[in-house]
Order: sequence, then structure tokens, then C-alpha cells
Amino acid sequence: MSTVLKVENVSKRYQLGEINRRMLYEELQSRWARWRGKPDPNAPVTGDALDANDKDHLWAVRNVSFDVQHGDVLGVIGHNGSGKSTLLKILSQITAPTSGRVLIKGKVASLLEVGTGFHLELTGRDNVFLNGTFLGMTHREVARQFDEIVAFSGVEDFIDTPVKRYSSGMRVRLAFAVAAHLEAQILIIDEVLAVGDAAFQQKCIGKMSEVAQGGRTVLFVSHNAAAVENLCTRGVVMNKGELVFSGTQTEAIAYYSASTAIKTKCLRDRDDRSGSGEVRIVAMELRDPSGRLRHNVNAGDDIDLWLYFENNGKRAFPRLNVKLNVTTHLGAPVFTQSNLLAGESFRELPSKGAFVCRIPRLPLPAAVYRISYIVNSEYRRGEKIDAISNALELPVENGKFFPSGEVPAIQAGVCLVPAEWRMESAPMPVQLTAAGVP
Amino acid sequence: MKPKPEPVEDLSEWSSVITAQQGWFDFRFKEIWGARDLIKLLVLRDFTASCKQTILGPFWFFVPPIFTALVYMIAFGRIAKVTTPGTAQYLFYFAGVILWSYFSASLVRTSSTFNTNKELFGKVYFPRLVMPISVLITNLINFAFQFALFAILFVPAWYFGAPAHPNWRIVVLPVLIFQMAALGFGAGCIASALTTRYRDMALAVTFGTQLMMFVSCVVTPLEKVPPDYRWLFILNPMVPIIESFRYAFLGTGVIQLWQLVLSFCMSMVILVVGLIMFTRVQRTVMDTA
Repeated sequence: MSTVLKVENVSKRYQLGEINRRMLYEELQSRWARWRGKPDPNAPVTGDALDANDKDHLWAVRNVSFDVQHGDVLGVIGHNGSGKSTLLKILSQITAPTSGRVLIKGKVASLLEVGTGFHLELTGRDNVFLNGTFLGMTHREVARQFDEIVAFSGVEDFIDTPVKRYSSGMRVRLAFAVAAHLEAQILIIDEVLAVGDAAFQQKCIGKMSEVAQGGRTVLFVSHNAAAVENLCTRGVVMNKGELVFSGTQTEAIAYYSASTAIKTKCLRDRDDRSGSGEVRIVAMELRDPSGRLRHNVNAGDDIDLWLYFENNGKRAFPRLNVKLNVTTHLGAPVFTQSNLLAGESFRELPSKGAFVCRIPRLPLPAAVYRISYIVNSEYRRGEKIDAISNALELPVENGKFFPSGEVPAIQAGVCLVPAEWRMESAPMPVQLTAAGVP
Repeated sequence: MKPKPEPVEDLSEWSSVITAQQGWFDFRFKEIWGARDLIKLLVLRDFTASCKQTILGPFWFFVPPIFTALVYMIAFGRIAKVTTPGTAQYLFYFAGVILWSYFSASLVRTSSTFNTNKELFGKVYFPRLVMPISVLITNLINFAFQFALFAILFVPAWYFGAPAHPNWRIVVLPVLIFQMAALGFGAGCIASALTTRYRDMALAVTFGTQLMMFVSCVVTPLEKVPPDYRWLFILNPMVPIIESFRYAFLGTGVIQLWQLVLSFCMSMVILVVGLIMFTRVQRTVMDTA
């Protein structure tokens, strides 16, 4: 085992906002000043531009270090915007890091997109050569694998037709075929597997695992946990530009999924609340009837909504009304619910506790809903004590609400109504027979 | 966050090292040599793609210089009555036009390197200099065709006693071609580096090359330029190239050796500056393009 890729303290900083708003004159003025060691007359007054808290810059990748051994298949996982694509761009030399360095042993081929450099006027054959050479192969290497590439792509009959007459599916297949036959010791792959029809995707995954087992080193960037689990032997997790975990692929996926589900919504620091504030809701949770925390729920599930409160005890509220307003993500009201509406009153409030609202058989189609709450001193005309709009998101997924298991889309209606159907043999209504219809 | 000075270490076991900083003269010619197959294919692609779905096909290499020279002959020679002492007018214009069209095509195409290849550069790495180099080669091949046409026109004219006096100075031809290539490449690289930051540079380049033609002795011989302004023309490195070319083939002109040497040195400086600017810009251009 030897290290073939060594990433040392790599960082990448991007400038936010308008880039290049400056004109040549100002640019020269600044450079001239810096060159003479004088302060830049055009520098922002906030001070050091490299400051970590600087609002004009974003560290897309920050102090990332890791080693990759020969033969490793490393999965890089993270949310959108976690910096994994930027890291990939640095490793494949599309952009230079702001600081740090990368040491590489062997030829690197990066596959950030399929079909890079296809020229529409040229034939499939010419494009295989051109594309292969762009990806770092020599002419001879492409020639040696040409038949195999064409066979893999399944476009043999059209190989001498200009690519502009290909369907988009054919282009993608040809492009992936070229990429799959790259002869590089280190292969960097972005989520390009999501191309083509299901059968071709299967073929691609098969080819990928073949490459992976062939002793080559692969860096695979994805947020498809299943693909990482199957293909990779190791995994690293990125979050906000930093490498937060490194281990086997299974551990990395476990870490990633644990970190994605922030289950308890803490509301203590929300500054958009209103009301007099004697009783305050400080956190909200979604649980199933057995008490387990949930991140999302299925249509038809029984759910418990926990609203943790703090009571400063300065006043008593014998007719306290805790109201929930559920809206779609566009703000259209879906339903409202409150304890007094349901016939339950909370007379004596402890200093800490939780209001729990059970919703049986959640009658909502799949979508992300928003929950707002209002705590009033009475059901009607009450004084507002505490309220936050959009306090919690409620992601609902398809579930078994109806006996058929089907759940209509939200476009068909914002709520699910249970019903029973039957058929009867009955005479026509009077109005119809009177009008002469037989 | 300045990079800390690091102790010198042996990096020879690594085949490539990606760093935040890169030396000024680190042009990575070895990498470019490794990508020679790509250059070859790009040149080929340019030729095959430009000949597809056209009526005249490869004849397009010859049509523009012939007609441009004809138009200049009529407009400047006949109508404006610019005289070309001691030479056949069509050879005079044709020589100017092929040299100039090499330079302007090379400059304009190289200057848009980053803009036209944005998609490609954002997705795959190969030595970026491959692009301007392939432009240079494509244009040189183009020039070779046009030069051959020039020779076809020239030889019979000379043989049948037209006023053309080729002389020993033809030996500088390879130097002229090298210098012309270096100049077009270097100026193109400078322009391409600037266009990534300032979009109006793209307009300035196209417009500027059009105007510059009139001060490059393409349509008027240097002899006809009043002596007071001649030094200004000499500062334009294309002037000595075009004038020397004519002097070698047609035997007329007022160009002197020191002027050619000066323009050669200027071309070399432009080449190196172009390389430096290009390699510096290419490292981060994809962040802003």
C-alpha cells in the first residue's frame, strides 16, 4: 500500500457578490499602491480581506487534508454546497487552491461531466478520439480500446454519423463509454452515473465496480448513499467546506445520515417571535406514537407534535389556547388545530413542560409543510402570549393513508379525506324519469 | 493567511504537485509535450469541421486573401492611387494581406480562448496552452497554403520579367515566420488574459486589429510614410516583418536590419509576457468566467 494522493491543508476561497466591478484604472491604482507598500486606496474599509469572518468571501473548502492509498475507492459525501465539488475541481486542476497543496502519484483523469468537448460537426468516431484525448489519453491508447468503447456504447451503427444527428441519449452513452475506458491510475468521478435509461445506468454501475476492483484508485463524489456503499471502500464526509469525518464507507454514511437529520427544532434563539412572553415555546419535535424522534413522517401515520414550553409563572392562564397553523410551503393554509378546539384545557402550568398534539392518520399528501404556532390567553379575543410563524417544517412523504396505498399528489388537493364507496342498484331519481328519459 | 515558508523537501516521487502559487516562468512545457496528440486532433478538428457543409470546402483557404488583395488593389492602388514603387502591385498587396491575415486571425482567435472554451475548461483539465498552440498551428497551415499561392503567382511573374527582384535576403523567411507566429501568439495570450477580467477587451481587440492594419504597411509601403512618422511605424512589430518579407521577394523597401532586430526583440518580449499572463490567469479563471 502506498499513498498515491496526498491532500495537505487545501483551502479555496471565493469572492462573493459582484466580481470585477472594478475598472482597469482602479485596478492599476490598487496594484501601484500595493507595490509601493502603501495602503490600497480602493480597499474596503472593513479591513483585512483575508479575515475569516469576512462577509465578502466564502471558504468553499477549508483546511482539508487526507491521504488516499493505492487501490482505495474513496467516496466523498456531503450536502449540496458542502465543498465537495470544489475539492474535486482542485484535485482535477480545473482551479487552483487558495492555499495548501496536493501531491499526486500517477496520471489523473477526472470525469466531472460526460461528453466534454464533443464537437457536433464531427462523426462519432472522431469524437471518441477527441474526447478521449481531452480526458488525457494518447491517440494510441484510444485506438487500442476503440472497438471496446464502441461496443460498450451500443451506437456501432452510427459511429460514422456526425454527432449532431445523435439523440441525446446516444451522445451520453458514447461519452460515458469513452470515460469508462480511461487508462488512468487515479480516477475522479462526479455524480455522472445519473445518465441514460435504467438499463444503461445498470451497465455503468457495473463498469464502475469493475474499475474499482481492478486495483485503480477512484475518488467518487456523490450524495447517493447506496452507490457509495456499494462502490467505495472508504468514505469522507464534508460539511461547510471542512472534512468532518474519515473512515470506512459504511461509517461515513452512518455519520452523514446522522448529521443530516436535525430532529429537535430549537426555537430558543428565534428573534422573530411576538407576544407578551410569559409562556414561551422553546423547542418543537416530531415523534411517532412509540416516542421515537422523527425527521419526516408518512401520510397516514399517527404523529405527536411536541411543543416544549417555559413558564415564568408571573401570570396564570386558566384558558390558555395553544394553536397550530399548518400551511403549505407557499403559505396556503391547510388546517388549524388547538387544545381548546379539541376540548382540552391546560389549567395549571408547570415552569417547564411540553404540550403534545396527537394527529391520528395524518391526512396530508406528500410535501413539505410549515407549522406556525400561537399561544393565546383565550380562544377568542385573547391576548397573544407567544407566537412564531414557520416554526417547524413538516416533511410528509407518501404512506399508506388509503387502503390502496396510493396517495394523490398535492396538486390534486391539500388534504386527504377518507371515504367509503359502495354500489347500489336503485331506480333513477324522479327528476330524470319526469323529463322523459327512459 | 500567508503561506508559511516550508523546508525544502524532495517531491520527486510525486508525478504532479498542485500548489497555491506557481512560478512566473513555470510554463510546464513538458505537460504540453505530453498533450501533443490533443494538439494534433484539435488542429485536425478545425480543418475538418470548417470544411463540412460548405460549397467551396478547402478553397476557402484561398478565397479571402485573393479577394482582399483585389479589393485593396482597386481601392488603394487604382482609386486612391497609392503607388508601390518598383514592384507589381498584386504581389505587393498579396504579400501584405497573407502576412497580416495570419497575424490578425491568430490574435483574434487566441484572445477569445477562455470565453469560447469556458464549458470545456470548467470540466476537464489539460494544459490550457494547448488551445492557443493549436490555433497557432492551424493558422500556420493556413498561411502555408496562402504562401504557396503567393509562390504560384510570384514565380511566373518573376520569370516573365515582372518587376520583382528576389534576393539573398530570402534566407530570413524562417525567422520572419517564427517572429510572426510568436507575435500573434503572444499578443493573443495577453489579450485572452485581459478579456477574462474586462469584457470590453474583446471588442477592443477585434476593432483594434482592424484599425492597426492601416498602420502596418499592408496597404501602403513604408517608403510612402513621411520620414517624420516612420519611427512610429517601426515600433509596430508587424511593420518590419511585412516590409522585410517584401524586401526579400520583391527587392524594394526601406527596411533596415536594426529595425528588424528591434521588432524581433519586441516580439520575444510580447511572447514571454503573453505566456506569463496566460499561465497566471488560467489557474483561477474558471472561478470567475
